[in-house]
This record gives sequence, C-alpha cells and structure tokens, in this order.
Amino acid sequence: MPNNSMTASDYPIAEKWPEDVKGSRGKPLPALTMEAVIDGSVTIEDLRITSCALVNQAQIASSVGRHALAKNLKRAAEMTRLSQEQVMEIYELLRPGRADSKESILQVSKKLREEQQAILLAEFLEEAASFYEMRGLFRKRY
Amino acid sequence: MNQKNDANRWKRFEDWDARPLRLDKFAAEDPENGFAAFHGAADPKPTLGLVGNRITAMDGVQEEDFDMIDAFIANYHIDPVIAKEAMAIPSEQLARMLVDMNVPRTQLTRLARGLTPAKLAETVAQLNAMEIAFAYSKMRARQSPGNQAHVTNAKDDPLQLAADAAIAVALGFDEIETTMRVARNSWSNALACCVGSTVGRAGTLFQCSSEEAEELEIGMAGFTSYAETISVYGTESAFIDGDDTPWSKGWLTAAYASRGIKMRCTSGAAAELLMGFHESKSMLYLEARCLCLQRGMGSQGTQNGGIDGAPLASTVPGGVREIMAENLIAVWLDLECASGNDARHSESDMRVAAKVLPYLIGGSDLICSGFGSILKYDNSFNPSSFNGEEIEEFLVLQRDFEADGGLTAVEDARSLDLRRRAIDALAFVLKDLQLAEATEDMKRSVAVASGSNDTESFAPREVALISDKINQNGVTVIDVIRSLYRGEFYAEAENLLFLVKLRVSGDYLQTSSVVRDGHVLSAINDPNNYTGPGTGHRLTEARRKELAAIRDVLDRDEVLRAEAASKVTEAKSIRYQTMGPAIIGKNVKEIVVGVSPGFGSKIFRTLAGHRLSDVLAALKTGIEHGHGSMRLVRLWHTADTSFLGLSAARLSGSGLGIGLQSKGTAVIHQKNRLPHNNLELFSNAPITTLKHYEKLGFNSTVYAGGDLPDPIIVPTKGEALGARFHARVALTYAIETAMTKDDASPEDLEITFLEVR
Repeated sequence: MPNNSMTASDYPIAEKWPEDVKGSRGKPLPALTMEAVIDGSVTIEDLRITSCALVNQAQIASSVGRHALAKNLKRAAEMTRLSQEQVMEIYELLRPGRADSKESILQVSKKLREEQQAILLAEFLEEAASFYEMRGLFRKRY
Repeated sequence: MNQKNDANRWKRFEDWDARPLRLDKFAAEDPENGFAAFHGAADPKPTLGLVGNRITAMDGVQEEDFDMIDAFIANYHIDPVIAKEAMAIPSEQLARMLVDMNVPRTQLTRLARGLTPAKLAETVAQLNAMEIAFAYSKMRARQSPGNQAHVTNAKDDPLQLAADAAIAVALGFDEIETTMRVARNSWSNALACCVGSTVGRAGTLFQCSSEEAEELEIGMAGFTSYAETISVYGTESAFIDGDDTPWSKGWLTAAYASRGIKMRCTSGAAAELLMGFHESKSMLYLEARCLCLQRGMGSQGTQNGGIDGAPLASTVPGGVREIMAENLIAVWLDLECASGNDARHSESDMRVAAKVLPYLIGGSDLICSGFGSILKYDNSFNPSSFNGEEIEEFLVLQRDFEADGGLTAVEDARSLDLRRRAIDALAFVLKDLQLAEATEDMKRSVAVASGSNDTESFAPREVALISDKINQNGVTVIDVIRSLYRGEFYAEAENLLFLVKLRVSGDYLQTSSVVRDGHVLSAINDPNNYTGPGTGHRLTEARRKELAAIRDVLDRDEVLRAEAASKVTEAKSIRYQTMGPAIIGKNVKEIVVGVSPGFGSKIFRTLAGHRLSDVLAALKTGIEHGHGSMRLVRLWHTADTSFLGLSAARLSGSGLGIGLQSKGTAVIHQKNRLPHNNLELFSNAPITTLKHYEKLGFNSTVYAGGDLPDPIIVPTKGEALGARFHARVALTYAIETAMTKDDASPEDLEITFLEVR
C-alpha cells in the first residue's frame, strides 16, 4: 500500500496492489483461486468489498477531481458495516411518506452515528429529515 | 374523363401515407403544456446567489423556496469555490469552449462543477446538432467506445437467455442487460444470463433489471455486476410520484457501491411529461436538473438520452437534437454516459439510423443502452433502435464509417458452437443444482432458433419454479462456479470467478468502467484526451480489419470461382471458333454483334444470370425474325459497351451493330454516329431478360432498314442496382479490361449451339 492517499497511478488497484486488496474475511486477491473455491475455503463473503477498498477508490476518484463520486464511495465504505436488511430498511424509510416524522429518521441516524460509526450516513439522513419536513413529506400517502 | 384520374388529391400523398414514417405521430410545440425541447414556458434564467460558501439562490429560486431537487443540487452538485468563476463566464463563451479542440475536457469538467442546471442548459442549447455531436465526442469520459445489449425473450426461457448471452458476448458487447416478462422469473433470468455470458470471453458485465430491493439481492448473490435502473426525475412531484426522493435514490447509489456493484442512474427527456409533472419546463432544463442531481448523488454515470421518453421527445421540433444535448450535459458533468439509442423512437428506419449516427462516429461509453441483441418480439424492454434483425446493418455502418460501435461480426459456424456451449453449461448447472432438467430436444431447438417463436423449451410455469428455487435455496455465484467446474466447464468457471473477483477491488466502480482483455478500463486509465486530429480514440489497424470483416465479401478470386463453375455448363451448350481477322462485311442484311475480350472465355453469365449462349441465341432469333443475319465478332481493343457497338457497326455490311459485354450490357449502334450517341442502350444488365435481348436483335434490323422501331424499355422497380451489383461489375470489368490490347484487330467468331433450342 502507498503511504499517502491513492491516486490514479495506483489504479487499477487489483493489478497495482493485489496483495493489499482483500475480501471481507481478509483473504487477499491472489488467494481467491479456483482451487480455493472448489475446496470450499473461499465463500461468497470473501468476494465482498471492504470499506478499505472503497476508501481507496474514493481517494483515486478525488485525485482526478471527482469529489461527488468520492463522497458516495465514502458513504458506501461506511455502508459495508450495515446488513442487507438494514440497508433496505433505511432505503424504505427514506421513500416518500414512509417515515411519519422527522424523529423516526433521526432515531435511525443516531444509531448509525453512535453504534456503527457511520458518520457520513448519519449526516445524510439528518439532512434528508430536515428537507422532508420542509417539503411536507411526513404525511401518509396511500 | 377516365375515372381513375377523378381525384382531388395528388396521389403522391397516398404513397407517403403508406410509409412506416406515417405511423409516427408528431406533436405541435406547446411550451405551456410541456411540449418544448429547448425553451420551456417556465424555464428560469441562470442565476446563483452565494454568500460565502452558502448558496442562497439558484436559477431564480431563493433558498427558502428550494424544492428537494434544488436543495440536493445546491448541497451536493454545486462546488461554491468553482461556482463564482464558472457562473461568471458567459454561456456563449462556454459554448465555444465546448467545441474548441484546444480547450481540454478536464478544464470544462472542472467548470461544470460550478454551473447550475439552467446555465448548463442555456449553454448547450446554443450548439447546433453537429456542434453537439462534436462536443460530445470530445467530452465523453472514457476514450474507447463501447456498447450494451439487451438479452431477453418472450418466454423468459433460460436456455435461450444463456445462448443469446453468449452471442452478445461474442459480438463484443461490454454489458448485457436482461429483464423479465413475469417479475418472479428474475432469479432464473439472472442465473441464465450469468452462465451464458461466461462463454467465450471473461469480463462482460451483466445486470438484471427488476424491482429495487430484489435487484440488489440478486447482485448480492453475485449473479449481476452492475445496475442502471436508479431513475431520477427533474421535478419534485414526478420524483415523489415515482415513489422516491433524491435522498432515497442517493442511499441506493451508495448501497450498490457498498456491495461492489457498478451502478449508474437513469434519466431521459420527457419522463416528467409522460408522468404529468412537467411544470411547463423544457425537456432540456429538466434533464439538466436530473443530471446535476445524479452527479451530486455520486453516481459514476448515467443512462441518459430520452430512454423510455425518447419516442415522446422525438415528437416535438428539435426533440432529437435535445436528446443529443442532454447527453452532452451528462458527459460535461463528467458522468459515464450510456447514451440511450434504445427504445425505438420511430417506425422509420431512416430516422433510427440518422439518430444513432452521431454516437457511432463520435463514440460513446455505451452507444446503445441497450441494443436489442435478440429479435424485436423477444425484447422484453420493447423494441430497441437496433435489434437482432438489424445487427448486420450496424456492423456495416461501422465498416462504412470506419467507426468503432463496439461490435464485431460473429462467424456462422462459431455462433452455433457458442450457443450450444452456453446451453450445455446452463443445462448442466440446472440439473446439478437440482433446479430443472432440459431434454436434448429442448437444447437443440434453442441452439438453432433465431427467436423464441421457434423454440420448444421450458414452459412459463417451469421457469417460475426454477426462479423460486434459486431464491429459496439461497444459490449464489459460488455455487454456480463450483457447478460449472463439476461439469468440466472449466473456462466458464474461471471466467465467472474472474468477474466476481472484480467486486473485491472495486476498480470498476470508477467512472465509465468496462472490462477489456481481462483488465478494467475506465476514465481513470483510459481517459478521453481528445485535443484534435490524431488524438482521442483512433482505430488500430487490427481493429479496422475486424470492422471490415463482415460476411459475404466479394473479391476477384470469388468472381473467377463463380465463373469457373459456369464454364462447365457453357461448354456443353455452345462452341466458339475463332475464324481469323474480321473485315467489313458486304451483306446489307447483316447485323454484327461485337463482344468483349473475355466473353465466353473468362466470363460465362450476365449479371442477370443468363448464360451467354442463351443471350446470343436470343439476339440471333430477334435478328432472324427481322430477316437479318447475325455475324459475331470479338473485339480485342476495348471492353467498353459504346465502342464495342460502334466498332461492330463499322464492320457491319448494314452499318448496324450490337455491342455486348460479358456482363450483359448491350447497345445498338450505327457506323456514322458519335461513340456515346447510340440508338438504344440496355444499361441495366441485371434486370434485362432474354426477351429484351431478342427484341434488341429485332430492332437492330428495323434500324438497318431505315425505319424507327419502338425502343425497348427495360422496366425497373427502383432497385438499388448499383448496391447490388457494382462490386461484381467492377471486378468483372477489370478482368476484361486487363485482356484488351490497344492495336489488336477484331476476330470473326463462329458459334455452334450444342443444345436443341
């Protein structure tokens, strides 16, 4: 891994830093072989992207001026800590008329911030809550 | 008066009414009601209020009045540091920068981060269609162009999906997209395309367009590698009507990335108009909002350019130019652009081809999003601009313009092998994972079928059961890799493992990523660096040759081979005997037929396919019917029809001659006329019948008698004969001209017909 933030010259990281690219159980790319898949030592978990890889990709995107993309990748990095159910529940909550009050969104953001260290996601939700209030989205839709 | 002339309308309008174009309905411009491409009744002037880094007003709306879209754009798209500088540049100047090859794209993408939707729209609206096309080519993010295919069928038949996916891969598509006729078949479609797309080559990205939550689940199971169905809209009411907000879609955008799945948003002109929430704003301005929103959400790209709204956008004046303009905004905002050209916007083939051309010659990240690789009726997204029927047209357009549209021709024999391999692989996986069993008859019917009307495969109920089982049993891509391996489909297992490993590094989450030759190629390592001729995307010689390699290409050897086959049959029907130098005849009844150097010795059939012996027999019959006699002369100094005719006439005792080329072109000439001032000419050899030749022979005798016959009209139905025959004409003619000798004298030929006529 480079000492500083990654840039375009570290890309593609699978080719430039294969030993440092790891799946969610810590196996590096070169260990994800056909033999390992067949003998059962590699599972679907090993093919899951990590928050580290997403942060690296965010750094690369930033290095070429794609700050909005980088920010999304940083939100995604935090989101790797959320279960699939939680991701989908929050998505549902953010759809129009699903949350009945600002509070119900803020409760979720509190949990994200305090229990899952997902600061960017918490901010994203808090901001949504305040705009939903301004635009009257907390009314029930049929 | 003849009754058929008793009409009060020029009948040309009836001809026009019958054209496919007239199935298209066109709409009047009506900005109040949303029918405006560029200039909506309520489009705002570009403005930006900045206090420090805080945006206090945008495009005529004060901060306190921002709707959710304004607010999201102000918060996430506008970079206040750049905005001050960018908004101060007049839009006329920005427009000129877009088409100035000396202004690099990165300078413009930087400025775009500080431009409001109204400013972006006002700028691109100043460009004409050609300027938009040029700017698009310069501004698109990745240098190498690509293309995306639809792979679906009317039965959701997994065997056919696998076979068609393999074909799409072989054709060179970077991405394939499927969807279902029946929603619950999503898992079956995903598995089938996933397996099919591993055949032949690794790295084709795949998506299964379905309900949001399920699509993400299918992605999580590893079957798919990208998604593009995150739709956004340009008005708040349309957004809410679509049951989402910028924040819910922004959440999904992060969700896909967090699972290592490539993703782009979707928006296109006229969506708001279709949904009834246009706010009297132009299509372009609303799209500019959509695109700023997508950049703000952090999407790497967009599927943009009318999309499902393309048919509606195209009903208004300038609608197609608007679609190009919104695509330009997309790439100016530094987004990957899957540039539409999918939902067929017209019944007119000409409108369709015209619309795709700028993208084909200028390139695009994904020219079509998608191109129907299957037949029209099998396209579950609705027919595309190009479909299975029209793949070869697209290949030829690439060849015509030497433009890389991302596709490569697939050979006849190889295509059947690939289909069979994909079917066998999927059938094995279905059996091995105890999902279903395919019979040999099913497999065969699918392998050879052009579309689902020709298959005898899984019934719809069986597909639903397969799909349910995949979902309930929790089958993942790892199970599929292991299964392929067990079935000794080693290459396919390796290809699939390669694809799912891509998600671990996330390299393909960067802008405009595709996989080529085992490597991720994106705007990071293949950035568009166009700064004028010699820069940007250029065809390599190898790729140029690939584009040229379509099927049934004629060359000199091919023409000679075909003639060699005819030579055998002609040898049985006619014998030519050279009698020595020809002199001027004395018989006033004779008509001299002057034939070209290769007549009957190198070339044996006319372009219409008549044997030359039959043509001579017809001429002879006609001449004798007019009480003349035919003398045959071979001319060696020319192969040109007029000079063959004139030379024949000069040798003829009657002063009348017929010039006849091997390919069937014929002329009646008279000895004292100018070379190109002949009496009658059959210039359309491919549609000239033996009866016409006979009549030509007869007419020559009438001219010889000093009378004027009815000239022969060879009727044409307007066939593009040049397109059909000119390659062969040129090759045939070259064979004959190579045989000419400047000073060679004509020779008398005696012919004997060997068949009873």
